[in-house]
Amino acid sequence: MAFLDLDRLSLAFKKEQVLKEASLQVERGETVVVFGPSGGGKTVLLRLVSGVMQPDSGDVRLNGHSILDQGPEERGVGMAFQNFALYPHMPAFENIASPLRARRLADSEIERRVHETARLLKIDHVLKHFPRELSNGQKQRTALGRALIAGPEVLLLDDPLRNVDAKLRYEMRIELPRLLKSFGGSVLYVTQDYKEAMALGDRVAVLLDGRFLQIDRPAEIYKNPADVRIARLFGDPTINLYPVQPRPAGNGVEIELFGSRITLPGSHGHLQGKECLMGLRPEHIHVHTEPVDGGLPMELDAVTPLNVRTVLFLRTQDNRELLATCSEHEQGNFGRGHRAVHARIDFERALFFEPASGIRLPAAA
Amino acid sequence: MDRSNPVTKILRGLALLAVGLFFLFPLFWVALMSFQTNEQILRIPPSIVFEPTLSNYWALISGRLVSTAGVLEIKFMGNLWNSVFLSTTSVALALILGVPAAYAFARFRFRLSEDIAFTLLSFRFAPPLLVLLPLSLYFQDIGLTDTYVGLIWVYQLIALPLILWIVRGYFEDISPDIEHAYRIDGHSWWKTFTRIALPLARPGIAAAALLSFIFCWNNFIFALILASAGKQPVTVGALAFVTASGIQYGQIAAAVILSILPTLLLALYAQRYLVEGLSLGAVKG
Repeated sequence: MAFLDLDRLSLAFKKEQVLKEASLQVERGETVVVFGPSGGGKTVLLRLVSGVMQPDSGDVRLNGHSILDQGPEERGVGMAFQNFALYPHMPAFENIASPLRARRLADSEIERRVHETARLLKIDHVLKHFPRELSNGQKQRTALGRALIAGPEVLLLDDPLRNVDAKLRYEMRIELPRLLKSFGGSVLYVTQDYKEAMALGDRVAVLLDGRFLQIDRPAEIYKNPADVRIARLFGDPTINLYPVQPRPAGNGVEIELFGSRITLPGSHGHLQGKECLMGLRPEHIHVHTEPVDGGLPMELDAVTPLNVRTVLFLRTQDNRELLATCSEHEQGNFGRGHRAVHARIDFERALFFEPASGIRLPAAA
Repeated sequence: MDRSNPVTKILRGLALLAVGLFFLFPLFWVALMSFQTNEQILRIPPSIVFEPTLSNYWALISGRLVSTAGVLEIKFMGNLWNSVFLSTTSVALALILGVPAAYAFARFRFRLSEDIAFTLLSFRFAPPLLVLLPLSLYFQDIGLTDTYVGLIWVYQLIALPLILWIVRGYFEDISPDIEHAYRIDGHSWWKTFTRIALPLARPGIAAAALLSFIFCWNNFIFALILASAGKQPVTVGALAFVTASGIQYGQIAAAVILSILPTLLLALYAQRYLVEGLSLGAVKG
């Protein structure tokens, strides 16, 4: 029995179905990242758990007991909002102290715990300030402090890094997992940044069109996405997708791609004669300036640095675009592009999807 | 517009002066009149040079109007007290009823909510005379004519819609997430209303209260028809100076000055809230 059990939650606004029987189980002490595009129902999901909204159908259980008939103040959850939702007429201290005040703790105890939490979050020097006097980073930490301070069993974080600057977001991505582990409760963390999902989640639950399409460890989702849309959302630069139709050739299958006939390695016999979408991750395409064994001739259109990697924009012989990446030190080989290159593609790691439904086709029958 | 240009500056100054004169001169003239006797006021041509007298104010405060026809008892101080009492209790009642209602209209979408809110607003643009005849008949039947309760009740037609609509805009401006956060912290909905919603809407509530106070204070027709001298406010009480032996311009002027003093002081004190509250409440729908 899972600690926090979201059981077939459905909710519609007017005529739009936001959640369609979405189910998710979270274990005690586990951090599950709810990932999906904006407007996908992620925030609504947190609101259902916190109790500020009610589902049309389905159940939310904590420790095996339904909490749907409890008001938000009775559920004992902590929540940090995307827009911080600090109380503008109270100083940071009172903002953080609010859950303790609700529990009617003694003033001395409140004082002690607020300072302890503030020190942990490095905002103990701004406790007397009002929210309008705080930077976005300090606001975000204040909101986080307020969510954490009463030691809730379930912590709901609604895209808490959305409204802070890039540097702080990077710092918090490193700091948050440590903080969440030390806090010890279960965490539901909402984001639309796949890197954040990869960095923070014990597991990632991908919410698309009101359903959880895949719930798995982050690396697994990247390697084996259940759906072509998940493959597209996870990865930067994004995955290359081409329609192909595998045909029998010898004792394997071959495809026609980029103006060449390519025999696929591994067993893909079950794909024979099926229209499918083939996905190639940019990092599985190795670009060389000289001809290599199994390399396909292409034109290099542009070279764009991206963080530690460099994105190569390739044009294939049948005039399709293909994205590849290389490391920074390889980048020098290519200059500014506009030259012929040879790409060796790691077809063993290719992913296949059904074009109509987007569902991933298994690697082997 | 170039603000540093001296010509525009002078033109602006002149324009402001013209507008100021236009609006304030009548008030200034009334203030002068209140320190003159009827004979001085009725001089032709009028003059702003005169020997000031406090007799008008003294007559009002002592309640004895000495004229050529004899001594007339007037209840001006009683009227002033009635105005204070009626306006204050009406606004207080309208706040008690209107603020929670405004919160409900701002936060919850229920059946016919917009229609109810609009109906309440429509009281503001229905002419009072339209409802006065049936009202006075009903009031006679149920014994509310010439009572404070009856007047305060009718004054809700003035105060309640204003408070409801201005305060509603303020509540709508508060992010619901702030209230949600407070609930999740473990506070009841009532505490969330009193500790979060009310303090954050305070400027709007202050502006709405002040404005409805002024409108209640200035009301004339309801009290004229529905109450007798003992319960009437200053607006109606000033009519007493139109006597059989002539119109007591000096006393009327003094009465006007005395009756605008409370609202003027209140408005000056709350000017900041008033402008802020009105513009926000008006722009938000």
